[in-house]
Amino acid sequence: MNPRREMIDGVLSATPAMIAAAPFGLLFGALAIDNGMSVFEVALMSATIFAGASQMVGIDLFGDRIAPWLIVLSIFAVNFRHVLYSAVIGRHTRSWAAWQRFVGFFFLIDPQFAEAEKRAESGKPLSFIWFVSGGLTFYVTWLFEGWLGAVFGSLVKNPADYGIDFLLTVYFLVLVMGFRKRSNWLPVVIVSAVVSVGAYMLVGSPWHVSIGAIAGVAVAAAIGGRPKIMVE
Amino acid sequence: MEISINTWIILAGGLATYLTRIGGHLVLSRFSSIHPRVEAALNAVPAAVLTTLVAPAAVFSGPAEAATVIVAALAALYLPGMAVFAIGWAAILAFRALIG
Repeated sequence: MNPRREMIDGVLSATPAMIAAAPFGLLFGALAIDNGMSVFEVALMSATIFAGASQMVGIDLFGDRIAPWLIVLSIFAVNFRHVLYSAVIGRHTRSWAAWQRFVGFFFLIDPQFAEAEKRAESGKPLSFIWFVSGGLTFYVTWLFEGWLGAVFGSLVKNPADYGIDFLLTVYFLVLVMGFRKRSNWLPVVIVSAVVSVGAYMLVGSPWHVSIGAIAGVAVAAAIGGRPKIMVE
Repeated sequence: MEISINTWIILAGGLATYLTRIGGHLVLSRFSSIHPRVEAALNAVPAAVLTTLVAPAAVFSGPAEAATVIVAALAALYLPGMAVFAIGWAAILAFRALIG
């Protein structure tokens, strides 16, 4: 294993997600200031929570005089999918030291998880250096974007004009399609899509994510694991 | 310096988030063997979760967004990720200009 190569690969793996998430980092900073938060609070939120959707939910609730424990619980609920990520990625980190897991898993956000799964699937080792290089790349830019949005909020008046508000959806779609060789892929995607759309209408956001994901995962468990045939 | 209630909420939110990221692994690593059905469920996690991030956006945003998702999904069958990403970007701009 060449550490330098691992580092470069890690940084490169984070690049598409970095581009796709940039408008949301800026938007988060701008909205947070609009909701009466300070620049310090914006930076602290990006630095400690480091999860776009739950940060948006957080600033939404800050404005409404809601009990603090309820805000924390909401953030926890929005990020609950990370429990699944953690269980999945943990299986590829047997060679890591305990401290490396406690450090590395801090960076286990949506794109980092997906890129790590892709890497493990491609047969390359999931090294700590690769993982942290990608994670840190995203982390630093995410912090910077939030700060930039907070200080120059007017820069992002209308992201829809440039189509950038939809880039994250496209990026996640690319990732979904990238996993299509896995067993049970089609039934899982169909059920997750239908259930998340239904939950979005009936229960509302952000619960549709957990509900749809659990439905898809349950389908895979019900069908069970056929031995994976590696034919291209 | 007095620490504001917002700061405490943010720190607690950060801790709660970290617990979700380390928690799944800590729980799963207590089991020495993993049942095949659990294995199948874990292998389905990426597709299942990421789909829920795409599907409502595709369905509820409008015709231009729905068309973009269809075009990008088809392109992904034949092209590498970065190319699909670029096509998706071009598609959302084109469809919004054409069909709103």
